[in-house]
Amino acid sequence: MEIFVQQLINGITLGSIYGLIAIGYTMVFGIIGMVNFSHGDVFMVSAFFALIFFLVLTQWLGVSSVIVALIIVMVISMILTGLLSWAIERIAYRPLRGSFRLAPLISAIGMSIVLSNFIQVAQGPRNKPTPPMVRDVYTLWDANGYAVTLSLKQIIIIAVTIILLAAFWYLVQKTPLGRAQRACEQDRKMAGLLGINVDRTISLTFVMGAALAAVAGTLFLMYYGVVHFADGFAPGIMAFTAAVLGGIGSLPGAVLGGLLIGLIETLWGQYVSADYKNVAAFSILVVVLIFMPQGILGRPEVEKV
Amino acid sequence: MTATNGSPLLAIRGVKTYYGNIIALKGVDVDVHPGEIVTLIGANGAGKSTLMMTVFGSPQAREGRITYQGQDITRMPPHEIARLRIAQSPEGRRIFPRMTVLENLQMGASLDGLKYFDEDAEKMFVLFPRLKERLNQRGGTLSGGEQQMLAIARALMARPKLLMLDEPSLGLAPLIVKQIFDAIRELNRTQGLTVFLVEQNAYHALKLAHRAYVMVNGVITMTGSGRELLENPEVRAAYLEGGRH
Repeated sequence: MEIFVQQLINGITLGSIYGLIAIGYTMVFGIIGMVNFSHGDVFMVSAFFALIFFLVLTQWLGVSSVIVALIIVMVISMILTGLLSWAIERIAYRPLRGSFRLAPLISAIGMSIVLSNFIQVAQGPRNKPTPPMVRDVYTLWDANGYAVTLSLKQIIIIAVTIILLAAFWYLVQKTPLGRAQRACEQDRKMAGLLGINVDRTISLTFVMGAALAAVAGTLFLMYYGVVHFADGFAPGIMAFTAAVLGGIGSLPGAVLGGLLIGLIETLWGQYVSADYKNVAAFSILVVVLIFMPQGILGRPEVEKV
Repeated sequence: MTATNGSPLLAIRGVKTYYGNIIALKGVDVDVHPGEIVTLIGANGAGKSTLMMTVFGSPQAREGRITYQGQDITRMPPHEIARLRIAQSPEGRRIFPRMTVLENLQMGASLDGLKYFDEDAEKMFVLFPRLKERLNQRGGTLSGGEQQMLAIARALMARPKLLMLDEPSLGLAPLIVKQIFDAIRELNRTQGLTVFLVEQNAYHALKLAHRAYVMVNGVITMTGSGRELLENPEVRAAYLEGGRH
């Protein structure tokens, strides 16, 4: 029981990070119907931005409050990652719009390789550690010598995720920008006829997805204390799986999928086999897709027109 | 009012539009003057809707020139054309299916950032009371007629100077057609709204319009006042067959 609760906490933490990344996949897919395979690497680059600026702030500029440093780092990483993603869309995807369907996909895979190789060359192939940022751990209860703990890191991750999701949901559902995004998603041509700058709306969607990935990247760095040039791949694929599982195109679906994948991964790792936890996550994806091809919260493709 | 003096609001000159290598418009000339209702009639596939979309730069004309208030808009992107206060209720209505009626109307008012939204929405509810009843229903669940009303209302929410309507009568009950055409006439008379109307329902369109064009296979074959065309034997034979009127 204690172990289960502990793994539940760990799974939700991991799932929050996946969920934040998954939103970027799901939004971009929703608006232009493209799987942005470079998104995982954008996430990885954002963790490097966070690492670099965290060290600059704490080591050089002498910012002593870790929380202040983290907030500043997160904002900087969001901005820089947003710019990066804007540039990627501009350079690698926009010129291919209207080309055959696979073209932007191939371009995205190329972009993914460019980003991870660039970081490998620029930052070196080894793990990059940070000093531990947040150390506090709270013991929830202690039974038979097994203490169920909740660390401050985990509280921060879950809290930041909830706050951002609420803000993000508000943005998409209630603001003119969100409305324009949904309009472009449903009928791009009509949105243009109503005076919506479709290209700009798509760019902003990439930027928003990247900003959330940057939050995930900063939290990832804080949680694990280490980042590596290949760290975009596994979380990227997991988050993509989460988006598909939850129903690609659906925002709540991305978060739900992220939490499920996080939980499956940790619980399977605990109870069955740590080596096969990825196999478990992907197998469940396969099963869900066979019986619910649109994902858990995805909409069926039938619409009255 | 068949006054065609002065400079046209919308001038289409020698426009050729292609889909890939297939030519859809083979050099079209159309003028729409301020305050006019102009209709374009023609059979299915004549290129009427293509002309509407070409005015909006989607697809762009490959040859020829389109000017609006003297400004060349041939190569402008659609969203900038919309900013000149040209609004369209396009072929197939293109309601946003997963947005509510309210959100669809808000999309129509995007240009002004909802500044006049409440005021204008009230006018739309007077024009189409049904929309008010369906306000929080998703666009995709409306009936065809309701969607048509919504498409027209959404276009009007942009406060257009030029309203382009593509087959507003399509699939609607005669009573609702009459209601919509009355509404168009009223907007034209009271607010001087310029209307460019594409119709297959030639009888109603010609009765409503000050001037009309007939399009066959991507070419304008005839033009004149609404009444002239209504009485023209060729038009009667081709578009008013069946003696419904």
